[in-house]
Amino acid sequence: MRDRLLKVLQKVTTEPVNIGDDDSLFESGLLDSFALPDLVSGLEEEFSFKVPDADLNPRKFDSIARIEAYLSEHANHA
Amino acid sequence: MPDTSFIHAFGAYLPDRVVTNAELASQLGCTPEWMETVSGIRERRWAGVETVADLGTFAARDCLQRAGIEASQLGLLIVSSGSAERRFPGPASTVAAALGLNATPVIDLPLASAGSIFGLALASQLTGTYGDVLVVAAEKMSAVVQGAALDQNTAILFGDGAGAAMVSSRPGPFEVLDSVLHTDGAYRDDLTLDWGSPLHMKGLTVILQAARKLPAVIGEVLERQKIAPKDVTQFLVHQANQNLIMRVAKGLGTDPALMYSNVAKYGNTSSASMFIAAAEWEPSRLSSGPSGGPVVFAGFGAGFNWGALVARSS
Repeated sequence: MRDRLLKVLQKVTTEPVNIGDDDSLFESGLLDSFALPDLVSGLEEEFSFKVPDADLNPRKFDSIARIEAYLSEHANHA
Repeated sequence: MPDTSFIHAFGAYLPDRVVTNAELASQLGCTPEWMETVSGIRERRWAGVETVADLGTFAARDCLQRAGIEASQLGLLIVSSGSAERRFPGPASTVAAALGLNATPVIDLPLASAGSIFGLALASQLTGTYGDVLVVAAEKMSAVVQGAALDQNTAILFGDGAGAAMVSSRPGPFEVLDSVLHTDGAYRDDLTLDWGSPLHMKGLTVILQAARKLPAVIGEVLERQKIAPKDVTQFLVHQANQNLIMRVAKGLGTDPALMYSNVAKYGNTSSASMFIAAAEWEPSRLSSGPSGGPVVFAGFGAGFNWGALVARSS
């Protein structure tokens, strides 16, 4: 799952993904407000699931660790 | 839809003063290039002494002239603004007085950004009772930008302007087919403007929600009318930010060229932007001949409020 997550993340950012799991993707500059919708769409496509509107909270996608936690709970890992 | 409604004309007014990215950049400590990259905006208009109601009145007159009717024919006036100068009365009564109306009912819609789509959808439901309904959206966002220190990401966006649409039960150039409006108050604190406080915007949440909800509500209204997004001939959406407009196109899977955009010239004029875009677009439609294809209007703003309306040009 992690490799697939990093693949999606790398696709939506112009910078190399070289960041700690708990570091903020926004504060590091890897993601901005317009890369975030692309990240969510990319995760939905890669993991074949739909993030409900109520879960569209930037905090849930603020670090690799948080995204992994969210995917573990909600995504299709097949 | 209880009655068939038609959009007869759009109108707009933009103040003369052009404020370029270069002028703002020096005040905000950023570069013009960065401003354009993150927003698609190159310049915006700022009003001088004109009030929100002044801007709205100019757009109303432009719309009435294009529609070929007198203000006295109006059965109802709706004015939206998220930047009105006082709590009450709102700008609608001032616009009405400026138009010479002294008994026509008016309604204020204090809805930033989504005010024009809400006004247009409501007007289309009310023409059976009120006949000719004029919807005006007017914003003086420069007062917000200049009134308090804002962060760069917010301060670069906004401009002043006003737009209008005349909706009637009488047949006209655009037949309104359907509309959908939504509100989710869970996000009421994520985009706010209180008297005496700076504009507060959680940009990440606003963009994330708007990028999802705008394509969804457009899809919802099109599906109800059995219209495929690929068959829409023009999308006229709130001109918030070029990057958002492009993501709406992506979300719909439609040609980005069908998304009308003038955000580079006027910035984000909040609720006025959709009508300003429509007023600018309409003459080009007429000069190229009526297509008869569906046209989609949509907006999203503080609340969060969002909606879409589909009309068929005739």
